[in-house]
Amino acid sequence: MPDAATTLLSPDVPWLTLLLVWPLVGAAALWALPAGRSGPAADGTATGARRWSRHVALGVALVELLLGVAALLAFDTGAAGTHQLVETHGWIPQLGVSYALGVDGVGLSLVLLSVLLVPVVILAAWREQGSGAAPTDRLRHYLALVLVLTTFMVGVFAARDVFLFYVLFEAMLIPVYFMIGAFGGPQRRYAAVKFLLFSLAGGLVMLAGVIVLYLQGPGGPQGFLTENLVGLDLPAGTERWLFLAFFVAFAVKAPMFPVHTWLPDAAEQAPAGTSTLLVGVLDKVGTFGMLTLCLPLFPEASRWAAPVVVALAVVSILYGALLALGQQDLFRLVAYTSVSHFGFIVLGIFAMQSTSVAGSSFYMVNHGLSTGALFLLVGFLAARRGSVRIADFGGLQKVTPVLAGTFLVVGLSALSLPGLSTFVSELLVLVGSFGAYRAAAVVATLGVVLAAVYVLWTYQRVFTGPVRDDLAATRDLGGRERWVVGPLIALMLVLGVVPGPALRLVDEPAAETVRQVGGEVPPGEVLVLDGDDEGSDQ
Amino acid sequence: MTEFVAPDIAWAQLTPILLVLGAAVAGVLVEAFVPRRARRPVQLTLTLGALAAAVVAVAALWGDVADTGGTDVLGGSVLVDGPTLVLQGTVAVLALLAVLVIADRTDTGEDAFAPQGAAVPGSGYEEAARAAGLQQTEVYPLVLFATGGMLIFPATGDLLTLFVALEVLSLPLYLLTGLARRRRLLSQEASMKYFLLGSFASALLLFGIALLYGFAGSLRYAEIAEAVRTVTGMDGLLLAGALLVLTGLLFKVGAVPFHSWTPDAYQGAPTPITGFMAACTKVAAFGALLRVLYVMLPDLRWDLEPALWTVAIATMVVGTVVALVQTDIKRVLAYSSIAHAGFVLTGVVALTESGIVATLFYLLAYGVATVGAFGVVTLVRERGAVRAAARQPVPAGAVRAVAGVPGPAGPGDAVDAAGAAGDPAATDDEDPGEPEGPVLGEATHLSQWAGLGRTNPVLAGTFALFLLSFAGIPLTAGFTGKFAVFTAAVDGDAWPLAVVGVLASAAAAFFYVRIIVLMFFTSPHGGPQTPATGAVDDPPGGAGVAAEVAADEVAADGVADTSPADRPGTVVVGSQGFALVAIGVCAVLTVALGVVPGPVLDAIADVARLLP
Repeated sequence: MPDAATTLLSPDVPWLTLLLVWPLVGAAALWALPAGRSGPAADGTATGARRWSRHVALGVALVELLLGVAALLAFDTGAAGTHQLVETHGWIPQLGVSYALGVDGVGLSLVLLSVLLVPVVILAAWREQGSGAAPTDRLRHYLALVLVLTTFMVGVFAARDVFLFYVLFEAMLIPVYFMIGAFGGPQRRYAAVKFLLFSLAGGLVMLAGVIVLYLQGPGGPQGFLTENLVGLDLPAGTERWLFLAFFVAFAVKAPMFPVHTWLPDAAEQAPAGTSTLLVGVLDKVGTFGMLTLCLPLFPEASRWAAPVVVALAVVSILYGALLALGQQDLFRLVAYTSVSHFGFIVLGIFAMQSTSVAGSSFYMVNHGLSTGALFLLVGFLAARRGSVRIADFGGLQKVTPVLAGTFLVVGLSALSLPGLSTFVSELLVLVGSFGAYRAAAVVATLGVVLAAVYVLWTYQRVFTGPVRDDLAATRDLGGRERWVVGPLIALMLVLGVVPGPALRLVDEPAAETVRQVGGEVPPGEVLVLDGDDEGSDQ
Repeated sequence: MTEFVAPDIAWAQLTPILLVLGAAVAGVLVEAFVPRRARRPVQLTLTLGALAAAVVAVAALWGDVADTGGTDVLGGSVLVDGPTLVLQGTVAVLALLAVLVIADRTDTGEDAFAPQGAAVPGSGYEEAARAAGLQQTEVYPLVLFATGGMLIFPATGDLLTLFVALEVLSLPLYLLTGLARRRRLLSQEASMKYFLLGSFASALLLFGIALLYGFAGSLRYAEIAEAVRTVTGMDGLLLAGALLVLTGLLFKVGAVPFHSWTPDAYQGAPTPITGFMAACTKVAAFGALLRVLYVMLPDLRWDLEPALWTVAIATMVVGTVVALVQTDIKRVLAYSSIAHAGFVLTGVVALTESGIVATLFYLLAYGVATVGAFGVVTLVRERGAVRAAARQPVPAGAVRAVAGVPGPAGPGDAVDAAGAAGDPAATDDEDPGEPEGPVLGEATHLSQWAGLGRTNPVLAGTFALFLLSFAGIPLTAGFTGKFAVFTAAVDGDAWPLAVVGVLASAAAAFFYVRIIVLMFFTSPHGGPQTPATGAVDDPPGGAGVAAEVAADEVAADGVADTSPADRPGTVVVGSQGFALVAIGVCAVLTVALGVVPGPVLDAIADVARLLP
């Protein structure tokens, strides 16, 4: 029934609003689930309908994923450079604020990443928070927070109004704060407060920028719409201050050296699923903001700041990698590798070449898959051993071959092995930046070497060698856990071998961004790469 | 001598004021003539009715004022224009909500006020009044008088009316501050301090008025403004007068350096009254300040700007920084209210039309969250030591130690503790098998709020909502308000104020968040642990460790100055429901003003023009 399908998947359906509202409905439903007649159990196990909270949450997340796929089908990939699925309504016209949604190829791919990771995280949390066969009441609250967070994540990638973006950017902190502070490890309060204060401080600086930007803009009831703010002829001084205000907030979020210190603490203390969402999706808001707000809104200032930002990005790449080498704690290790990877993304964005920007956009998705999977695997290790200290492991590959194999594949994606999706994006970033910042690109390549060291060395210490006696009875990955990691690995392979369709989503927005920032876009086909890139040297 | 001409009074424009003051007078008569048992219901009906009628009256005047821009009444002494109506509406709504909190009693029938305010704390009279079951009902007419003053205050068109309105609103508040049921000495001290400093500020205001009269030969704002433009050579008189008048007003809003009464008065006053005065007084005083700055002294803005900027910045910084180290929830809220006064000042100082709208909206948003937050504080009480122990005749000092009262409280607490324990009604609802002590006063020490989120998630969640609104987190009313005032400040070229405001907001977020951390992430401890307050939510086996860790963390945060185990346990009392209604309404308004502020902003912007 092609006709029915076409009408059903029409771009006129408010897909983005549906994507925003549905998880909230799910969260409300979770909180509204009645307890059993005997009241809550003494050990915190859920009773009554609350026993089904995990299933409800997973169902909601899967429907959300379907909605995301529907939005992809309704999206015209031929015109990925323009915002589509647009909805614009007045929200607070007195302040110039609109409820304006719309995604270009980059926004859409990050929305898809978000809705893909949510069911994975929910499935991974199945037995967490003291849950066994029956979920605890704590888990119900946790899952509801995950769903609330989904709404904010989708919204922030789809916002076309600077005020709306800011509101969601800040509102996102609240569920994450509780997800770390109420459900994490022994130092969770410290980690949660540090996370919140870093983010809030960055966010409030951005608020000052948002206000000034609005007053510099055309004003009126749609004064905050991004398209009304692009191309303002700002005085150079003002533009640079505004750029800084926005950039600081995004650099904290991303996180870049030297404002990255909250991430290792947060990742160490948070439950693995929270870290997955935090690093896999939330931190992308930082780089996404640089890409879609900093560059188009403040082109002059972006070019002005680019050399410094590129230098900071290179420092992040090396510093993150070096610190990752020295970590004893697997969660902290993964967090520092992310600092390094975010350095690559920022490098690509501020090199301002269409190739490098497209590479960075693609990198954001790939990093979400790869780091997300890595956090979840470390979470599985933690659940088995009760510890994530590298010294507490050894020789696991003989006992748990599947776990070791998946860890190796995911680890190899973190070091950008050809054939895995991260390789394509990292190559694009390096090739693109090489033209603009040769020295930076050369030094950044060292980060790739270091990545090989920290991944393989970690694998060696955890999985190879003689089996330790106390680990001899370790369980291998169960069916549920394979379902958690499987889809992510499959996607990494597919996008690594056939990156063409995904690149089509990001290359036009990249060219558009480069044009807005005043750079040269090579005529004709923007990217020469398609699926066949296995032969490149690395 | 000319013949006395009676002014032509447009009574209709004064309806909100007349209704409230009339009801207050009637309330005094009720005290005199209605039998004691019937007083409370009669007073309550009268008060709530009058305030609701005032809200309706404001609404009825609205359309007219929106069309005509307003009128001056009583020969220009009172100006009924858009901002007046917005402020009067805000005051009336907030007073209505505050009265609900004031009227609330615990399910054992105990309200927040001393049975007999005049009795010496700890004396036989006090005990006799308590034993006789006296109920304080003079509170209602006092609140109505104060509200009446607050309705006039922002509407005044001349300096003498300003002074009279100030006194009408202040005197009842001095009295009400001294009426706390618990911690009598603290309450009386607060009242005394508030009265002395308040009189001092009134005197300064009056002196400033005299100087301005000497300068302009008139008390009318419009005529003084005219004189500022035309008269030359008396700048000393003008500036001194203007600064003194502003000092009087800045005292009332609690701006630094005229803020030192705020924490003591807020801490000592009965909590429902604290909520009332924190919200309504601030609204009224900022209304008056707006009019003085925008109507009377607009041409002096360049001379006053350094002073006002200094005050605004100092208020934000001091309020925020000092709040960081407070350990008493009421003092935290007091310093936070000082910081908020600073935020509002950034909007006021902007001296633009958008500044008026922003200020009015901010006051509404702040007031709603304040009444709600103090409403929650009234419900969170201490539980005394085990009942058997409390029944013993305990020396006053011992009970004070148990209650952990800071400062000069004492005998009153002893009486309360013993009294409540002896009162059979106090223990009716409790399971006789539980080793629980009597419910004492409010648990205001921060460490006593630990774990509230686990034992009472809804109440703690609501309180967290108010805190988030204070902190200015998006999708709450506080964020919209902050955004509006900072925008106005930047628009009025006062961007350094906006920058300081943003930084202060970031710092302020820390202490709001600390309370949320305490409520949700820390296990309850201290006092008699009941199964309900045990760490049900902790993973099995981890409860004890978690509590220890939490206690250590609390100490490390500087929240607890003594070992938490010394403090009595915390319990949320049942209430007759009035306060719950008020808290619920405040929560709904806080969210609504955050998510869809459009209509309210529109309504305010429609009428936000001050009558010259």
